[in-house]
Amino acid sequence: MIKKEVTVLNATGLHARPASMFVQTAGKFKSKIFVIKDGNSINAKSIMGIMAGGISQGTTIEIQAEGEDEMEAVDALVQLINDKFGE
Amino acid sequence: MFVKEGIIASPGIAIAKAFVYEKIAVEVNKNKTDDTQAEIEKFHVALKLSHQQLESIRLKAIAELGEDEGAIFEAHAMVLDDPEFVEGVEAEINENQLSADFAVNVVTDRFYAIFDQMDDPYFSARAADIKDVGTRVQNNILGIVQADLSSLNEDVIIIADDLTPSDTAQMDKKRVMGFATNIGSRTSHTAIMARSLEIPAVLGLCDITDTVKTGDLMVVDGLTGKVCINPTNEQLASYENEKQKYQDYLKELEELKDLDAITLDGRKIELVGNIGEPNDVAGVLKNGGVGVGLYRTEFLYMNSDVMPSEEKQFAAYRSVLEAFPNGPVVIRTLDIGGDKKLPYLPMDNELNPFLGLRAIRLCLKEVGLFKTQLRAILRASIYGHAHIMFPMISSITEVRQAKAILFDCMKELDAEQVAYDKAVKVGVMIEIPSAAIAADIICKEVDFFSIGTNDLCQYTLAVDRMNQEVSYLYDPFNPAILRLIKQVTATSDKKENFFTGMCGEMAGDPAAAVLLLGLGLYEFSMSALAIPQIKKIIRSVRYEDAKVIAETALNLETGEEIMDFIQDAMKKLNINI
Repeated sequence: MIKKEVTVLNATGLHARPASMFVQTAGKFKSKIFVIKDGNSINAKSIMGIMAGGISQGTTIEIQAEGEDEMEAVDALVQLINDKFGE
Repeated sequence: MFVKEGIIASPGIAIAKAFVYEKIAVEVNKNKTDDTQAEIEKFHVALKLSHQQLESIRLKAIAELGEDEGAIFEAHAMVLDDPEFVEGVEAEINENQLSADFAVNVVTDRFYAIFDQMDDPYFSARAADIKDVGTRVQNNILGIVQADLSSLNEDVIIIADDLTPSDTAQMDKKRVMGFATNIGSRTSHTAIMARSLEIPAVLGLCDITDTVKTGDLMVVDGLTGKVCINPTNEQLASYENEKQKYQDYLKELEELKDLDAITLDGRKIELVGNIGEPNDVAGVLKNGGVGVGLYRTEFLYMNSDVMPSEEKQFAAYRSVLEAFPNGPVVIRTLDIGGDKKLPYLPMDNELNPFLGLRAIRLCLKEVGLFKTQLRAILRASIYGHAHIMFPMISSITEVRQAKAILFDCMKELDAEQVAYDKAVKVGVMIEIPSAAIAADIICKEVDFFSIGTNDLCQYTLAVDRMNQEVSYLYDPFNPAILRLIKQVTATSDKKENFFTGMCGEMAGDPAAAVLLLGLGLYEFSMSALAIPQIKKIIRSVRYEDAKVIAETALNLETGEEIMDFIQDAMKKLNINI
């Protein structure tokens, strides 16, 4: 299993468009992917889970992936967050 | 005939036959199932069918309503694909032996509740999406084919409990003249859709679906928030008349919107809007305002249970500034105290709150609170033409104190290497008589004035206009007020790159426009709806004539005389108000 911590930088957080982009990106990978926020585990492929997670600007989350493409999955999601979803 | 009152969601007047749009209620099958495998199968067939339906609705929505509306159905499709949703339903079937439709109902309600209780209109809209998707899947499981609004034979007003994105996307837009619904608010989907289709809508009518029958003639009056069912001939004629008047207004608006506010002899005036929150910007743009002359920031503070953070304020100010790439945005710093209090900022009860600790006086005392706001404005200033305005200034000393705190904030941002507009304009409200009288002194420290006539009148005439016993004394046309205004504009005319504006109610009063123009006012800030009419007046008068009118008015003895004289003078110039 691979895990990495990352801080959400874009203004709206994982809300609206960034939330869809995040979930769509996660959906491209075969691995099981989770976002850990304050000890709670959220399925990264669930749009409702991610939006309900209340992940706002400045929140630090951990991304965990397990499966054949776990490395690529974590890297892609971390990069998306660090690029502020192209905002 | 009868009339009902609801919430105004979209303006205009529609007169047409009612079409009551009722959906077949889904009866949930609560019996336990023995054959869970068959229920899982049913669920997946329904999911697939739902996907196909959403895709065809999405394409129709993009073609008729644009990409944004199409995106709603993309979001719906994401809910169908959501593993929490799919696995949640499967778990309910497998573990609790629920029927497929009941399982969908349970899981949808669970997510609906999470989003619905979040105090944010964005999430309330997502809650509605989830319900819409859940109902679609349930209908598909049960083989229910809902009536839709895609083939209407005549012009109608849609009567419904509520309308979902699925309902409105399939609707035959050419035939729909208005909406009247039982539930909904200004931010619900039905309201947003009505405004984007530019048809009137009155929502929140409670039981309109029970009181109207398909085929009844009805009126939806989105100007007053009333609906009238089977109107009398007399009422009908009156509504036809109102409808015509509103259409004339829209036509005029369209004609004037992109024209400059310029007099016949070429003096250009700036017409801008008063706003309370970023959402109000749309109205200013629509009515042809070139910027914001008064952004009342206290709503940010009053609509919150805690002190709004620098970040939150920054986002609000930035969005307003970005809406006017070429126009000014005058942000008034916190004007609280007096009759406006904050739940999280304890304030003593004062004997004379209007002469007490309020506005700039409070900010100079609560420096931390003031700095948070100034930092947010400064950071946002790089996104447009920000003007910072201090309220309730009574002397130059307060201006200097406020500016010293502003400079402290600039130094902090410099040290943090945060960008801001170093040439940000600083101005003051002229609403205390001492500031008007000493305008020549105060103008040395600032880049602009904005006259707040409401308070200036109350303080100058020593009258509380809410007190019915004395409110008759409240008169912006009182010669003393006009002389103060003249004194302020005369002072500011002598300073280069300086302007005087007005953001009180008087600025939007058609009866005062020529007079104020003649007194030398450069910027008029008012509620968005008043802009077209004031623009029309400015465009139909010569500045030289207005100056003569103002000069004469200044020598009259009472407010009444002045009012009569102005009306007469405007008539002679063929200006009808």
